Amino acid sequence: MASPQPTNDISAPPMLRVSGLRAGYAGHAVLHGPGFSLRAGECAALLGPNGSGKTTLLRALSGVLPVQGGQVELMGRPLASLRPRERARMAAVVPQRGQFPPGLTARQMVLLGRFARLSWLGTYGRADYAAADRALEETGAAPLAGRKLTELSGGELQRVLLARALAQESPLLLLDELAAGLDWARMVELFDLLERRRAAGACVLMAVHDCNLAALYATRLMGLKNGSMIFDGPVAQVFTQENLGALYDIPLCVLPHPCLGHPQALLARTGGPGAAVGNGCAGHAAGAADGDHGHSSPGGNEI
Amino acid sequence: MSKSTAFFPSSFPQSRSLWPVFVGLAVLWLVSLPLACLPGPVPLSARGVFRALAAFAGLVPTPDDPALVQVVVRIRLARVCLAALCGGALAMAGAALQGVLRNPLADPFTLGISAGAACGASMAIALGGPLVAALGGAAGWMGLSHAGLVAPAALLGALAALGGALWLGRGDGAFSRESVILAGIAVAAFLGALVALVKALNEESVTSIVFWIMGSFQGRGWNSLPLLLATFVPGLLTMGMGWRALDVLALGDEQAAQTGLDVGRARLWLLAGASCMTAGCVAVAGVIGFVGLVVPHVLRMLLGWGHGPLLVGAFFGGGVLLVWADVLARCVLSGGQELPVGVVTALLGGPFFALLVRRR
Repeated sequence: MASPQPTNDISAPPMLRVSGLRAGYAGHAVLHGPGFSLRAGECAALLGPNGSGKTTLLRALSGVLPVQGGQVELMGRPLASLRPRERARMAAVVPQRGQFPPGLTARQMVLLGRFARLSWLGTYGRADYAAADRALEETGAAPLAGRKLTELSGGELQRVLLARALAQESPLLLLDELAAGLDWARMVELFDLLERRRAAGACVLMAVHDCNLAALYATRLMGLKNGSMIFDGPVAQVFTQENLGALYDIPLCVLPHPCLGHPQALLARTGGPGAAVGNGCAGHAAGAADGDHGHSSPGGNEI
Repeated sequence: MSKSTAFFPSSFPQSRSLWPVFVGLAVLWLVSLPLACLPGPVPLSARGVFRALAAFAGLVPTPDDPALVQVVVRIRLARVCLAALCGGALAMAGAALQGVLRNPLADPFTLGISAGAACGASMAIALGGPLVAALGGAAGWMGLSHAGLVAPAALLGALAALGGALWLGRGDGAFSRESVILAGIAVAAFLGALVALVKALNEESVTSIVFWIMGSFQGRGWNSLPLLLATFVPGLLTMGMGWRALDVLALGDEQAAQTGLDVGRARLWLLAGASCMTAGCVAVAGVIGFVGLVVPHVLRMLLGWGHGPLLVGAFFGGGVLLVWADVLARCVLSGGQELPVGVVTALLGGPFFALLVRRR
């Protein structure tokens, strides 16, 4: 396994350790033994085509889908041995499609994120209100606090769901398609927020569709295809034309970002005039900055 | 959001707007208890009734009319208190079950409790006479009588049905709401058939079985209170500890688990608690429908989302509703004849509910 990006404290036990994970649905295995470990201060993006098992992996890690084989450890403790309450204090989840009852307001939803930290009486205290309001503030959802969830747009709802996960104050964040339905400004806001959380010691594992967004914000990329990990490593090493082409089965070209230097991928057309030949677009990329497509200069893309 | 609401130190978000509703309900409940003692088949002056009540509360010396105290305290007040407690319990159980099963049409009898209680009661009504006769002196010595058998038998039947439904609904250990509802239907169908069998085989007891199944407080007194409390208190405890779990369950099983709830366990406890409450009510007063359905529904409109306020409101709201339904049940017909209170709640609740649904 590729060693992860250098972090603040390399000696700390991994936040999340997965090995040989098998999980899926009745009679249909989805994950075929991916393994990795994540430390505090890492932000790993899970890339892969539809149906590759990203959501299944996140559901298995959050404990709602039974693990059929292999090991999952959260902060050094086996996932199966954790009670839901303990698990929720370690890992918070932003699901892809949130279900919610009518009449629930954004603030009430965010407060529910405090459930794992309530006393047996179930009443909210000062700390709970403070955490919820801080999370609403951070995600820019404070103006939505009194609104009903049924009246919110998809992007506004995503912000509320992230606020709930942040209010949970768990060190590990599992995010399933957080960017779905967000406009660019909101997307950048939320990913900047995640970057601040990561720098402060949180650990983020997110399923992402947009691999360019992942390259800008993640410290580490994992490629999941048909339930197996086909690449895993720092962005600069694994964000290559070969890896991404193999992951998505399409020709594409990889160029360094003109301002930031991070690698970015462009689609290469497979048909019509000017279509790429083979698994890439060497001819078209020839005039681009580095010339050597796929492996942009190592110095330019440290994050 | 304004600063004043940011750190509002209350367990109920937005609760400042809720307090008038709570205070209104509580006042209504408190006022209903003595007022509901006024009407009845025996005409009594309001002055006399209040005097007897005040004497019972120890505020004034006991009046020298023992019959008055007898009627007001031993009969009317007991009935009113039972009705208030049963109504509150049924409405709370309804609110909890609707939350657990995420189904606004669930009611306290969803798990087949009514069928179980009806089965136990009809067995006692049909077979209790011969049983007591067979036991003869031993029955008298143990304090058993034919009529006294009905309530314990109903409670036993209800608890057996609950146990059966929970055991069947266990499925893969997760108590999914589909499996619980299906288990309730299966149990109710089987026990309903048993009741029909008893009725078919024992025709002379049909009337009393039917009357019992429709629900009534006729002839119930203070001696029913311990049974009612013994089932109410455990239910109240599960709800006191599980009301926030109901809030979280509303997000769906998966998000509830990710937020830190042990979904299967919480569902089991809440189902058991709510059904235990219901079983006590059924054992005391028979099957009283619509209270557990209508009251939470109306209160959700007044109180908004959140199960803490809803459960508190349901206790008062359900109590008030059933107290006055029982007043109607004992006063509508002349000559001391009574209607089953379940008929009154259904006659009032049905059209009212239809109207609510229509206006939405």
